Amino acid sequence: MQRTDRDALVRRAVSLMNDGVCDRVLAWRRGEFSSDVSPGVFTDTESVEKELVRNFFCGANLSKYLISETEKTEKKVLIFLRPCDSYSFNRLLSEHKFNREKVYAVAVGCDGTADIGKLKRKCGALSDIKRRGDKIIAESLYETNEENEENEENEANGAERVFDLEDVLSERCLSCNLKNRADCDEIISDGGRDAVSERFFEVRRIENMSSEERYEFWRGEFSRCIRCNACRDVCPACTCEKCVFSNPSSGVENKAAANSFEESMFHIIRAFHVAGRCTDCGECSRVCPQSIPLHLLNRKLIKDINILYGEYKSGESVSQISPLNSWTENDADPSEVAELLERSRSK
Amino acid sequence: MQDKQINGYRPKIAAFCCNWCSYAGADLAGGNRLSYPCDVKIIRVPCSCRVDPIFVLRAFRRGADGVIICGCHPGDCHYTSGNYHTRRRMSLLFSFLDYLGIERERMRVEWVSASEGAKFAAVMNDFVSEISKLGENRRLEDVRCKEQTETRLSEER
Amino acid sequence: MFVCHCGTNIAGTVDVEAVADAMKSESGVVYSATYQYMCSQSGQDIIKKAIRDYELGGIVVCSCSPRMHEATFRKAASSVGMNPYMVEIANIREQCSWVHKNREDATSKAITLARAAVAKLKLNFPLTPGESGVTKRALVIGGGIAGIQTALDIADAGYKVDIVEKSPTIGGKMAQLDKTFPTLDCAACILTPKMVDAAQNENIRIFSYSEVESVSGYVGNFTVTVKKKARYVKEDVCTGCGLCTEKCPRKKIPSEFNLGMDNRSAVYIPFAQAVPKVAVIDSEHCMMLKENKCGVCSKVCTAGAIDYTQKDEYIEEKYGAIVVATGYEPISLERFGEYARGMSPDVITSLEFERLTSAAGPTHGKLVRPSDKMKPNTVVFVQCVGSRCEPSLGKGKEYCSKICCMYTAKHAMLTKEKYPDAEVYVFYIDVRTPGKNFDEFYRRAAEEYGVKYIKGMVGKITPDGERLNVSASDLICRKKLEIKADLVVLAAAIEPSPTARALATKLASSMDTNGFFTEAHPKLRPVESPTAGVFLSGACQGPRDIPETVAQAGAAAAKVIGLLSKERLTANPCVAVCDEEMCSGCSVCGNVCPYGAITYVEKEFRVPGGRTKARRVASVNEAVCQGCGCCAVACMSGAMELKGFMSSQIMAEVDAICRTSR
Repeated sequence: MQRTDRDALVRRAVSLMNDGVCDRVLAWRRGEFSSDVSPGVFTDTESVEKELVRNFFCGANLSKYLISETEKTEKKVLIFLRPCDSYSFNRLLSEHKFNREKVYAVAVGCDGTADIGKLKRKCGALSDIKRRGDKIIAESLYETNEENEENEENEANGAERVFDLEDVLSERCLSCNLKNRADCDEIISDGGRDAVSERFFEVRRIENMSSEERYEFWRGEFSRCIRCNACRDVCPACTCEKCVFSNPSSGVENKAAANSFEESMFHIIRAFHVAGRCTDCGECSRVCPQSIPLHLLNRKLIKDINILYGEYKSGESVSQISPLNSWTENDADPSEVAELLERSRSK
Repeated sequence: MQDKQINGYRPKIAAFCCNWCSYAGADLAGGNRLSYPCDVKIIRVPCSCRVDPIFVLRAFRRGADGVIICGCHPGDCHYTSGNYHTRRRMSLLFSFLDYLGIERERMRVEWVSASEGAKFAAVMNDFVSEISKLGENRRLEDVRCKEQTETRLSEER
Repeated sequence: MFVCHCGTNIAGTVDVEAVADAMKSESGVVYSATYQYMCSQSGQDIIKKAIRDYELGGIVVCSCSPRMHEATFRKAASSVGMNPYMVEIANIREQCSWVHKNREDATSKAITLARAAVAKLKLNFPLTPGESGVTKRALVIGGGIAGIQTALDIADAGYKVDIVEKSPTIGGKMAQLDKTFPTLDCAACILTPKMVDAAQNENIRIFSYSEVESVSGYVGNFTVTVKKKARYVKEDVCTGCGLCTEKCPRKKIPSEFNLGMDNRSAVYIPFAQAVPKVAVIDSEHCMMLKENKCGVCSKVCTAGAIDYTQKDEYIEEKYGAIVVATGYEPISLERFGEYARGMSPDVITSLEFERLTSAAGPTHGKLVRPSDKMKPNTVVFVQCVGSRCEPSLGKGKEYCSKICCMYTAKHAMLTKEKYPDAEVYVFYIDVRTPGKNFDEFYRRAAEEYGVKYIKGMVGKITPDGERLNVSASDLICRKKLEIKADLVVLAAAIEPSPTARALATKLASSMDTNGFFTEAHPKLRPVESPTAGVFLSGACQGPRDIPETVAQAGAAAAKVIGLLSKERLTANPCVAVCDEEMCSGCSVCGNVCPYGAITYVEKEFRVPGGRTKARRVASVNEAVCQGCGCCAVACMSGAMELKGFMSSQIMAEVDAICRTSR
């Protein structure tokens, strides 16, 4: 189902554990249905063989778990890095978040991750998903589906729905053309998809709205925020010992978003704190239980940084310095920025 | 121009000024008796790079209608590079807030040197008139903070 | 709370009594009064008395700008035992009474400003400035005229100085020059005595053929490791007789000192007046070191100074101050193919011209063409080669190299003096001669000596038999020129020494985009680098001529002497401080610090379960931090704070000024 199948991962994990190199494995763990995949820490070969999974539902970026897992063992932690994860890996390394010596990194290629929300909207409760050539076959628990009529092929297959790969992939995967950038101990496979959509399309759509429309758009999105902090907790750039939002003396502490200001404030500050460090892994949007397109906040900052201060991809190397921590004498003045960005849009 | 109410509305303006250039520029404006609206209240910081985006949001939350950050001209920073950092941070912050639909005109960065008393006054006059046109900050306010203020003030009276 | 009338300066527009009254009801305020002139002796006495009588923890003075009298009030407060940093000023003169005319508005603003000051003061805590000792020894990096002059001046004041010079002798570029403008006195005559003075001064140590390996510490307390490269000659034994250099069989090595225009041997003394006058073996060419064959120098040396087993030596020393005097280099002209450089030996650089006319040079001062050693009849000088270049050209420098106009005038004059019948052309963009007697000098060249100055650039130079075809344009007469020249001299732009960048990193000292060291303030602190305790001397900071270099060297020395004369250094207490419990060691603060004041250490922290965990945390060197606060904003978690301007204090001020009704 993916360019490197589950068995290859399991074989490597088991042999590295048996050789005594690693005693912890960071990978993806199967749930009840094939779509229920969660990030997992495996500590014995038996569970690796039984529970490790590699399919289109392996969405989780595992890098952040290295911070805690490397502390728990004397040996190495095995991690499988997809191309996009390798950026987070580098970023964490450049911020000294874990000891590289205690990690055994294995690069694995990736053909994308399915957007479960999108699939569920299309075919209700999912039981399984398979790949057949370029097509994706989704098996639904139920027969009925609103979108059935639009898709002739689906009718013929009853509970089975056939999709083009591009129809079910998550948005971040559609614009992904990354290659592994981490200095891995081993490469099983590399590369991934070729981008089929433009990364900043959605950002541009919002930019083209009027100020009022933008305000209303984000007001609507943020009003759904329940301040569960999932976006913060999953974010590989959020690695503070103590988050400003949990620190009473920071002046911005709040545990629940009590009103519209606090909702916006949380997301503004968070986007700003990860600006220049965000690798655009999209985990924030993926885990948001309220489906707020949080990655569009980070992408706006990435887009502006690219236009104003030159192309920059956080996590490309370990030695890079964030554009927010550097400067040049000829940087644009804040008064010209609006015009500059406007001009780049019309290009 | 000065101290005149425009349609009875008085904006609230927080001005962060760096100690070495802009604060001195504001002092010079005073020394030369160049007037600007009293709605501008200055907060002294060592360098414009001390201004955290959190402070800007804090001001809006507490009901400020405009925030202006003044620093040394690029290249003249007392700490060599502080204002270069300000320039990048605030460029991105303003663009970002604009993206969220907050009026861009409510925030500004200006470079005012210690010798530019006249510029300081001119900038403040201009900024206040711009904010007055925009009216009250509604998009980034915390209604609760406002209520507190109102009740507190009425108690005081 | 003390509200000043400042005569009518404040009281004229602000109802000071109303301000004082309003502040009485402000929480935390126990005393509120006004006075005619708070800064006067009796005003200060009121403050002192109130501090004692009411046992005040802090005071706010509503008066003129803190830039005027903050120090006055802090001193008054500390004289009665209050920490001076528990004093806040509300600026109700420059920023209120003087700029607003409406009494009601001004009074209400003054009250707001006073409230903001109280809000901040409530969060103040006493600050004590840190102190540190001073090592009474200075390091000068670079042994050219800048370094020598700085060292001599510091040594004269009675302090120890070490000079580190990367080449085998001190003297630098000036030692290679023939005559100096605008007086035409010989460079060696004025430089070599200084070199000898430096060598003989008991306060000066010279580490020649040495480099700075590493630097740690901070102002007053630097620790520097100097690498003394192996010269394979015992410095204290060699007498500088030169016998080894005569007998050495390897003689065809281009001489660095004469810019490759003649040869030296594998064991050599750079030039006759070298200091120290000690031979050095070039390990790249010595047969003994390379193949263990030869050993002639060791046999002929009567002093027994040759030591083929010598190794690089590392010396660690403590210094209170460091002076950078790394100077300049002419740029490489590789990318200026249009000038036929490299195609004809008769296209030379200005520095080569200096060697050609120097009595100690390869031709013993006879100005001849390098190709056939014949007298040149037509000499063309091209200025601004690589200076003032458009960035779009992708070569050269944007800046003006400053010294070229003057030395070209000098060269033209010297040529005319040697060969009055020679045709001498100078092509220029502008002739820039600001300096004492400089313009007179240039005019003498043009008017008395008959040097032909032509405004315009040389487009192409092509070798044509024994001569050179120079195609140029005359911008004033608007015509194309073709000149058959015998010798072409290119005034190459100058750039910082290539070693400077690595050194800047070691010193945590910043550089501009051209690689010149930046000064702490372009006007007011021109010889100090932004890094405390590091000073700048000479062309490492930007193109400059000898008089300016010497002046700056003296200025840098004066700054060093001022620093070394202190027993203890008192630091500004408003510096950054890191809350280690919250710091995650991400390095962001270190990346933005312009002073290199932040380092990272591994520390053990207690974690739940009775265990400890090592964690990387930031540590601020209070002696180096200047208190800009950039790190505090860069820090995501808020672990980094700036004392005196804590986030909570600034936010309290924000809250206070936003509290007024609309």
